[in-house]
Parts: sequence; C-alpha cells; structure tokens
Amino acid sequence: MEQRWGLPLIAWPSRLRPNYWDIVALPMVLGAIALLAWGGMAMSAHYQVGQALLISLDPWRLPEYALRTVLRMVCALVASLLFSLAYAALAAKNRQAEKILIPVLDILQSVPILGFLSITVTGFIALFPGRLLGVECAAIFAIFTSQAWNMTFSVYQSLRTVPTELIEAARMYHLSPWRRFWRLEVPHAIPSLVWNMMMSVSGGWFFVVASEAITVAGQTIMLPGVGSYIATAISQRDLGAIGYAVLVMFVVILLYDQLLFRPLLAWSRKFLTDPAGEEDNVRPWFLIVLQRARLFHLIQAGVLELNRFIDDALSALARRRRAPRVERRPRPELERMFDIALLGLAASAAAWIASFICATVELSEIGWVFLLGLATAARVFVLIGIASLIWVPIGVGIGLRPRLADRAQPIVQFLAAFPANLFFPAAVVLVLRFRLNPEIWLSPLMILGTQWYILFNVIVGTTALPMELRRVAQNLGVKRTLWWRRVILPAIFPAYVTGAVTAAGGSWNASIVSEAVQWGDTTLIATGIGAYIARTTAEGDSARIALGISVLCLYVLFFNRLLWHRLYDLAAERLRLD
Amino acid sequence: MNVPLLQTTGVSKTYRMPDHLARLVLDRIDFELRDGEIVAILGKSGSGKSTFLRILAGLVPPSEGVVEYRRLGVSEPVRGISMVFQTYALFPWLTVLGNVELGLEAQGSSAAERRRRAVNAIDLIGLDGFESAYPKELSGGMRQRVGFARALVVDPDILLLDEPFSQLDVLTAETLRGDLLDLWDSRRIPTKGIVIVSHNIEEAVEIADRILIFNNDPGRIRAQIPITLPRPRSSDGAGFRQIVDQVYTLLTTEPGRDGRRGAKPEPLGIGHRLPDASVQQLSGLVDTLTEGPYHGRADLPQLADEENLVMDELFPLIETLQLLGFAHVSGGDIELTPPGRAYAQADMLARKQIFADALLTHVPLAAHIRRILDERPGHRAPAARFLRELEDYLSEEEAQRVLDTVIDWGRHAEIFAYDYDTEVLSLENF
Repeated sequence: MEQRWGLPLIAWPSRLRPNYWDIVALPMVLGAIALLAWGGMAMSAHYQVGQALLISLDPWRLPEYALRTVLRMVCALVASLLFSLAYAALAAKNRQAEKILIPVLDILQSVPILGFLSITVTGFIALFPGRLLGVECAAIFAIFTSQAWNMTFSVYQSLRTVPTELIEAARMYHLSPWRRFWRLEVPHAIPSLVWNMMMSVSGGWFFVVASEAITVAGQTIMLPGVGSYIATAISQRDLGAIGYAVLVMFVVILLYDQLLFRPLLAWSRKFLTDPAGEEDNVRPWFLIVLQRARLFHLIQAGVLELNRFIDDALSALARRRRAPRVERRPRPELERMFDIALLGLAASAAAWIASFICATVELSEIGWVFLLGLATAARVFVLIGIASLIWVPIGVGIGLRPRLADRAQPIVQFLAAFPANLFFPAAVVLVLRFRLNPEIWLSPLMILGTQWYILFNVIVGTTALPMELRRVAQNLGVKRTLWWRRVILPAIFPAYVTGAVTAAGGSWNASIVSEAVQWGDTTLIATGIGAYIARTTAEGDSARIALGISVLCLYVLFFNRLLWHRLYDLAAERLRLD
Repeated sequence: MNVPLLQTTGVSKTYRMPDHLARLVLDRIDFELRDGEIVAILGKSGSGKSTFLRILAGLVPPSEGVVEYRRLGVSEPVRGISMVFQTYALFPWLTVLGNVELGLEAQGSSAAERRRRAVNAIDLIGLDGFESAYPKELSGGMRQRVGFARALVVDPDILLLDEPFSQLDVLTAETLRGDLLDLWDSRRIPTKGIVIVSHNIEEAVEIADRILIFNNDPGRIRAQIPITLPRPRSSDGAGFRQIVDQVYTLLTTEPGRDGRRGAKPEPLGIGHRLPDASVQQLSGLVDTLTEGPYHGRADLPQLADEENLVMDELFPLIETLQLLGFAHVSGGDIELTPPGRAYAQADMLARKQIFADALLTHVPLAAHIRRILDERPGHRAPAARFLRELEDYLSEEEAQRVLDTVIDWGRHAEIFAYDYDTEVLSLENF
C-alpha cells in the first residue's frame, strides 16, 4: 500500500492518498510548473546587445508579458531565500564572519536598488554572451537586492534568538547540526522571515517594473514584461496601453495576494513560539486547499525524507572526525589583530573607490552631487511629513474601529504592493497639461508607493492600543488635543517610526526613477541625486554612477544613524505598551 | 553494582567576563548518583545548581574536574541521559507525537519503530488522545507531560529534571509529581537514577532519597540529607516536618554560624548580592508576622505554607529583613527584632524613616551612593558609575539587578532620587 507512490512512505499512508481537494490542487501545481518551464526557456533566448527587442502594445500580449515579469520575481525570491539562509547562518554561527557580514549587509541595505542594476548589468551581459540570460540575470539581481537584505537580517535575528532551552533540548536529543538547522533554527525563523519576505515581494513589484527596461551606455534593452510594455507605451504616448498594463498588474497582484501572501502568512503563524492571542485565526481559502489536498502531504513527506537522507549522509561523514569538546578560551590578541586587519581592508576599499571617482570627476562636481543629495533629502523629509499629516489621522480613525481596520488592512497591503511607477505616466501628463513646475510636482511620485507603509503601521499601532487605556482616557475626560498628545500619538509612535523608516527608505530608492520621467520624447527632470544617477546610468559613465550611488548611500546611512535609529531606541525604551 | 551511575570529581565552573576577573560559580563539587536513587538539589538562586545540572548533562563543559557516566567521561550529551526542562522546551511547530519522536530521530530507528515507541511513551505519561495536538493547544501541565514523554521515550538510564514543576500551579504540579513517582516506584520506566533541581523544599523532601544543599557564591555542597522515610510520604508526618525544618535552617543561616544567636556577622561590602525583594512585599511580610497567629515569631515552613510562598519568593524577603536588622532567623524560625517591631507599629511616613535609617546603617551600597551624592557639588551621579563599581564584584546581569534593587529601596526611603530617562541618581527634591 505504502509503495503505491514509489516512495518509502510510512507516516499515515492514508493521509497521502489523493482526495477531492487534489482536483483543485493538482491542475494548479502542474499548470504552474508548465508555465515556469516555458518562461525559463524564453529567458535563455538568443540575443546580441544592440539588437532591438520589440515590445508589442497589443493588450493580448500582456498576459504573456505579465508571466515573464512574475517569473523574474519568482527567481529573485528563490535566490533571496537561499541567500538569506546561507548568509545568516554563517553570520550567526561564526564570530569572525559575523564581524564582516553584518556591517556589509547594513551598507548593502542602504545602496539604492536601481543602483545595483546600473553597476551590474554590463557584467551580467558579459557573463552570458549572445543570450538574453545576462540581461535577465541583471534584472533578477536588481529584484534580489530589493528583497534579500531585510530577509537576511530577519533570519540572522531569529537565529540569534532561538530560546536557549530549545537549543539544549536539541543537543540533549542528539540532533546533528544539519538537522538542528532544519528542525529548530529555520522553523524558528519562519514567522519573521515570511513576514519580511512578503513585505519585500510587495516592494519588489516596483523594481521589477523599473528594471525591465534598462538603458546601458545609450542602448535601451527591453526585457519582455509589463515594465517594458509600460516603457514602450510611454515612448509612444499611448495612455490606453498604460491603462491595460495597470489592469493586468492589478490582477497579478491580486493573485499574488490570494495565492501566496495570505496563505503563507497564515501558515507561518504555526511556527510562532509564543502566539500572541488567537484572534487572527481566519484561514485563507487557498491555504485550506493546500492543507486538505493530499498532494501536498506527499510533497512534504518527500522533502522530509530527502532531508533525512542528506542528514544521514552528512552525519556518517561527521562521525569519522569528531574532536572532543573543550572549553575554548578567548584569545583577545588574535581578535584585536583580526579587527585591525578588517579596518585596514575597509579603509583601502574606501580609498580605492575615492581614487576611482576622483580620477575622472572634478572636486567641484563631487560637491555638487552632495548638494543634489541634499535636495533629494529635503524632498524625502517634506513628503514624509505631508504623508504623515494625511495618513496618521486617517490611520488612527480606521484603527479605532476594529471592524473597519480588519477590512482596511488587506486593502492597504494590496496598495503597498501595487507598483506605483505604473501611474507615473499619468502624473507626467498632468504636469505637462497644466504646465506645473516639475521640481515640485514630480516629488509626490517618490512617495506614491511608499506612503502606505505609514498608513499600515499607524493602523496596526492604533489597534494595538489596549481598550483599557482608551476607556481610562474617556473616563478622565481626556479629549481633543490632549488626547492626541498624551494618548494616541505616544501609543502609535513605535509603529509610526517603523512605517516612516520604511517609507523613507523606499522614497530614496524611488528617487532614481521618479526624479527623471519621460512621456514620449519629453523628459521632465527634478533636480536631485536620483536624476543624476538616472542620467549617468543612461550615459554609462561608471565613475559618475559610482559617485552618485556612494553619495546616496552616505546620505541614507547618515540619516539612519542620526535619526531613525535614535527614534527607534526612543520608541523601544520609552513608549512600549507592555 | 558499586559503580556509581553518574559521578563528578572536583567539578568547578568559572565564567570569564569580558574585561573582568573570572567569576567562580561552582567550586570543586564531588557528587555521585547511585543506582536506584533520586537526588534533589536545593539552593538559593545564584547557587549554580542549574549550571551543575547542565554540566551533568554534558551541555556545559566544566572548567575543571571530570564528569563520568558509568565510568565514561561526559563531555557532550550522551545516550542514556535525558533531561526535562523548566519551560518545557517543546518545539511549537511539532505535534505532541512529533516532539516525542524527535528524541528518537537521531537514534536512527526506523519510522515504524519510532512511531511505536513514541505512542507507548505518550500512553505511559497519560497523554493518549493528544498525539496530534500542538503544544500551544495544551495547558502547562500537559505540556510538561510531553516534556516527560520526550525524555522517557529514549529509555534513559538517568533523568535530569530542571525545576520541572516550577511553572505549574500547585495542584497540577502535585498530580504530575505523583504520576512520575508512581512510574518510578512501580519500575515501569527503565530509569535507574533521577537528579532533580528544585526550588520547592517540600517537593524535594517528598520525592528524594537524598537532598543536596548548595551554598551561594560560589556554589558548593553545603550539606547532604539522606531521607529514609517510606513513600508515599505525607507532608504532615513528624519525620517529614523535621526534615523540612532542617532544610530551612540550613538554607537560612550562613555557614559557620548556624543558628548561633547574636553572632557578629562579617561586615558586608558594597558588592554584596542584595536579595531581590520589593518594599511592598517586605512591609507585607512584616505585617503578616506581626499579626496572629505569629505575633512576631514564625516557623518558616509553616509561614511558607500558609502564605503560599515558594522558596524563591520567601528567601529573598527573609534575607532582606535580616539584612536590615528587622528580623533574625535561627533553627528554621524567624523572629522580628525591636527595630522590626517598631517598623510594624509605625505609620506610613514613620516607616519610611525607619527604613531609610536601616538602609543607611546596614546596606553599604545604599550608604555609599548617598555619600557620593552628598560629596558631589551638584549632588548628581550617573547610575552607570555605580554599575561599573558593582561589576567588579558581580556579573553584568547581577550588577544591574542589584543596582535596580538598591535604587528601588533608596527611592522608597527617599535617601536619593533617580531619573529613568537620564539614568542619573541625585538628591533632587530633598
């Protein structure tokens, strides 16, 4: 009986026999596999730089383009997942590695995502000569950079915070390191990893659209996808086509939300060490299909069996060379030397970048780029301020009504995932029509997609305010200004800071595409570092790209250290609600 | 069968702190667990009893000395020794069955064999029907049953229990303890020896064949008390009460001056590990002691029983009362001193005054902080300054706890003020 599937399965064989749910599940899985295979083949098509890839504005080609876009997203996600597990495991388990990996990650996090695209695309093209795969890889890499860093941080944090008693239990029951990783450490990391992954994917739609139409050294390469469709529509001034693209993207995000985002989040709750209340127990329909269909038990059992096989093989290897454990004494001199070597390495790297830039760029231009950064910084802060003024009262209003908050939450998450750059053309048309000043009126584009994080977090913060505190405030007659100042603003502050940090980070990133926008052959430019990077990328001027990205990086790091970290600490220390 | 099941010879443990001196936690412990024996380890918090249990388990390597399991060295967890944890240590994403099977997974038995043995262990410990439940669906008592099933499924020779009942309410703990003893007495488990770390004196007297009492700072074996009372033991029996009294006496008096009244205590330094007691609890205890049925003098076991206080709650309070000169303890009895009685009779304001005087006289750290603040021109000093001083004597964590305690006492006594935001101690408003 157990052998029916050709796999050595023992655990509850009846669970593995197909049932009615499989009628839903099987076609979906097979369909997904077929689509992935088809898309993968299309990816490695022949291509020479300079060859024009024609994007058709025929709306019937859109589903195909959307599929290619989604495929890029999936590849990037898988890569991010593998990267985050490996990188975080190394950082969490090896102290020396940790000293390099964590600061590097912190810096990578502040590099603008589209900056990675500018730097890496030529390298990737050279890697796969004569094939489109190089460009595909560059685009996927850009999306990867928008997802991997915060996923890695979350895994690293989780690995560092596995409860001691669970580690001890794992050791008492002789779990091998491999098995401990997959049975204890990864499951422990899952809730926060899934949350960060889903946030990343939501943010990633923006970059997938932005990275498909790449201009390298004067050549525009268009990968078949929704982003290129939009770019073509822009160059042909076709508002109708843009409408179709928005529609298709709407469907894509809706499917992503229903088939991936919600089921995954609900499933990940199973791994919480300390589930905070059971109030949020709605199971998304697709998760129910997955959990009821036997097909998935079969896959699960197969994966477990495979893992066991790897583990047995590994422990057979390890058994041959096992040294007795002794208490390791710290060697301060060695560590000091290691630190000094690291500092030296970092300093020489910085010097190399500086000399590379200074060789071609004059000092006055460097100063000018810093000023451009300041202009963009001013935009980011003003916009965060304006968005806060709008969304904080609305978020509080929604959060105070639990029913409304329940309904608003998924909508806001959906809005955050929707790539705001699809609306850029509409904005440009308006700016042109009313002859508005692009310096001011292009700015809102930066925050179009990221403002939702503020709203979302304010709603979450408000719903977290205990009813008792609200009742006490009512009872004491605390109203209006006093209520805002003493009750609700302090209560939502930690959540608000989280939202504002995310929104600000996203806006810096978005500046590269939103400070210079096109409509046909008209280009609108707002003065700022984003426009500078966009222009130098188009020209393929690598020293200036490096300069622009370095300066942008410095600004982001500077504001993170100076402002956001302090606000975080303040929020964590003073205004926690527990 | 003269070979001890588990034996330690000269086991010491020092923790090396960054930039500080090494701190000795356990000092030369010789211990053996014999076949068929249950040994309970009692000690105040900070006596290193949990660390000792982890050294026995092979989870923590000793700094010096050897641990042997049936004459074989233990340097990492070995087959044959199982452990049950205070907070259950269950994997929340595995079902009851999955958790129990986990213990067998690394042993390489076949899946069918694993399933059979896990189901047996689950039945044995009274969890049948809950095989497919997740830990979060279970109550604390049921969760700890899973912890026991997971430990027993590997047929261990030795069971190490780290305060396994301390997270449970009294009734649940009693039931689970009874069930474990039944299994042990009826030989339905192959386990040959049990070591239990406990914070509950009556629990230890109820189940152990031998009690080890650990000293504080550093942990040493202070005394061993064999218990030969037949099981099941009733906590009302005269023999039982006598042993409980004996344990209380040992735990509440410093070594070297057991019960001698009026003996001059050695002077305390500012690095003295102040007990973790809040002023609220202290004054509550003084009130209780003043009223009937105690009228100023109480038998500690009786007090603990009637006021429903476990060792970890009661001992810091008693220690503080002794420290402040409000009470003295001898022979397992506590008696209020004249200052203690005066405190009891006083109103709220006068109490503060008496408390402040006692603090400045008897607690060197409080007096030290006050003196520094008096001397400084602005009468202000950052808390970090005192924290650094304490870290010369105590671990980082303990130093912080002791400082928090003295700040709490000092604020109540109004001998100094503290600002949370700036972390500065001062004499403001006085």
